Amino acid sequence: MLKQIEGSRAVAESVALCRPEVICAYPITPQTHIVEGLGELVKSGHIKDCKYINVESEFAALSVAIGSSAAGARAYTATSSQGLLFMAEAVFNASGLGLPIVMTLGNRAIGAPLNIWNDHSDAMSLRDAGWIQIFAENNQEACDLHIQAFRIAEALSCPVMVCVDGFILTHAVEQVDVPTQEQVDSYLPAFVPVQLLDPAKPVSIGVVVGPDAFTEARYLEHKKQLRAYDVITKASADFKATFGRDSGGLVRSYHTEDADTVIVAMGSVIGTLKDMIDDKRKQGQKIGLVSICMFRPFPNKEVQAALKSAKHVIVLEKSITAGQGGVLAAHVRASGLDVSIPLTTVIAGLGGRPIPKKSLSEFVERLGTPTTSELHFLDLKQKFVESELKKIEEERCAMPKKAVAARGK
Amino acid sequence: MFQIRFHGRGGQGVVTAAEMLSVAAFQEGKNAQAFPSFGSERMGAPVVSFCRIDDHEIRLRDPVYDPDALIIQDPTLLLTPGLFDGLKPDGYVLINSSRDIAALGLGTLLQKLPAGHILTIPATELALKHFKKPLPNAAMLGGLSALSHIVKIESVAAAITHNFAGAIGLANVAAAKEAYDIVVAIQKAFVKSQRKEAIAC
Repeated sequence: MLKQIEGSRAVAESVALCRPEVICAYPITPQTHIVEGLGELVKSGHIKDCKYINVESEFAALSVAIGSSAAGARAYTATSSQGLLFMAEAVFNASGLGLPIVMTLGNRAIGAPLNIWNDHSDAMSLRDAGWIQIFAENNQEACDLHIQAFRIAEALSCPVMVCVDGFILTHAVEQVDVPTQEQVDSYLPAFVPVQLLDPAKPVSIGVVVGPDAFTEARYLEHKKQLRAYDVITKASADFKATFGRDSGGLVRSYHTEDADTVIVAMGSVIGTLKDMIDDKRKQGQKIGLVSICMFRPFPNKEVQAALKSAKHVIVLEKSITAGQGGVLAAHVRASGLDVSIPLTTVIAGLGGRPIPKKSLSEFVERLGTPTTSELHFLDLKQKFVESELKKIEEERCAMPKKAVAARGK
Repeated sequence: MFQIRFHGRGGQGVVTAAEMLSVAAFQEGKNAQAFPSFGSERMGAPVVSFCRIDDHEIRLRDPVYDPDALIIQDPTLLLTPGLFDGLKPDGYVLINSSRDIAALGLGTLLQKLPAGHILTIPATELALKHFKKPLPNAAMLGGLSALSHIVKIESVAAAITHNFAGAIGLANVAAAKEAYDIVVAIQKAFVKSQRKEAIAC
């Protein structure tokens, strides 16, 4: 049913249609309205046979989800930002134990400095935690990806993190086609766990694995995750067959066929980029876009195929690895991009800074056709950072000189 | 695409106003997107929200920099730097005030915009009258409907009752309808005075 609703509400309704059996939540900042909506849907009886568990922290939220999933329940939780970091240990445990938990990550920045707004620092900080990570372009896709996520997670026995841009999507009200229960039931079969904690047949899971087998455990986890390419492709194709629309998959290309310059990005900025590319195309510029839907495992082959005509690649990303640069850019390069092709990294939208179409358009125009690979920051306040850098060079200390001298005595 | 920027203060339903407008547009089969400018979730703090309405899919996700309409829910914000930034030359401005545009010191803007595109309505008074709470957002939407015709007043009413169930919803609809009628009356009077001027010339 077509509805004009908030992103968080659309996700909550979509998760509800997946018949979750346990929903764990710590509904305090950083959190989205998703778990609030689900709490309401459980209490009102819209979600049947489901236990909603209010826990005392994010660490507990995922830990309870782990226990529930191990006991054979379809388990769900959601978090953001610092909340994800607080559950970090459990995040690794969920994947290490092969539990098909689905978690929404309403992407937000990580402090310090304290910031509650959108960027991808949270998702990127736990990119190596063994979870499948998929990114939504808009609220329709956010809604659809959750339905696919349970199927993917359960097919792979691997947890899935659905990344939805905090505020930009979670708090935006727009048109979403929320599927019917019949449609979702026909797409998503009931959860049949491959391993089960059952008091009648006691087993231990998550036991100690020593040096003799730990490498093999990790090797198998890696191999298992690589199966995601096929599973996600099929999940997306079947989704189209059932629901009649494209959603998810590995990567999507927009005007890349003849493009000299190709931009690579993920998440909600894709829409603004498409509008910008349409403008540039009208002016005769051969520019295209590759949007990454699945970040983990990284779709190396598909990215390379989409970039095959590119003479220059721009990677636009919402996180920064201090001392290295862009995470996504490093992935695009490592996916097999020829070293002769210049790759421009643009860090944008950190801590909720808007990414105006105008800034993107002007950036692309100024950049022209570079011959070297460089790191840029969109709309950086150049004068401010230069004066701060000068201060660092000169004084090396934020304390007044007198105080520094006094401490030395 | 028609873009609206709402300015108000925390607690005045600025975010809800943008959402209800998007619902009104949705009722008419249009695409609409509403979102707040985040961060100032405190009572009384300046709050900005946005709404885009189009016949086609809306992909753009940056804030509204060049609005077709500005809704100012609190006249104490009139001195805010950049308040009118980016307003289209043929844009609309609706201010919640019981004083007129000239009395608010906006004579220059009045001259610049097409005749009848900038108005005040006493939205807070209307809200107090109809439901005894100083929440001007529904009345402002009623006013916008008459001013810009971007959505029909019936759609605004449907969006309000969609958002607020029961008596409070109906009271908000009454405030919106009265605001709509006020703007229509101002416009009629304005057209009449223009005709008189034309005859005098």
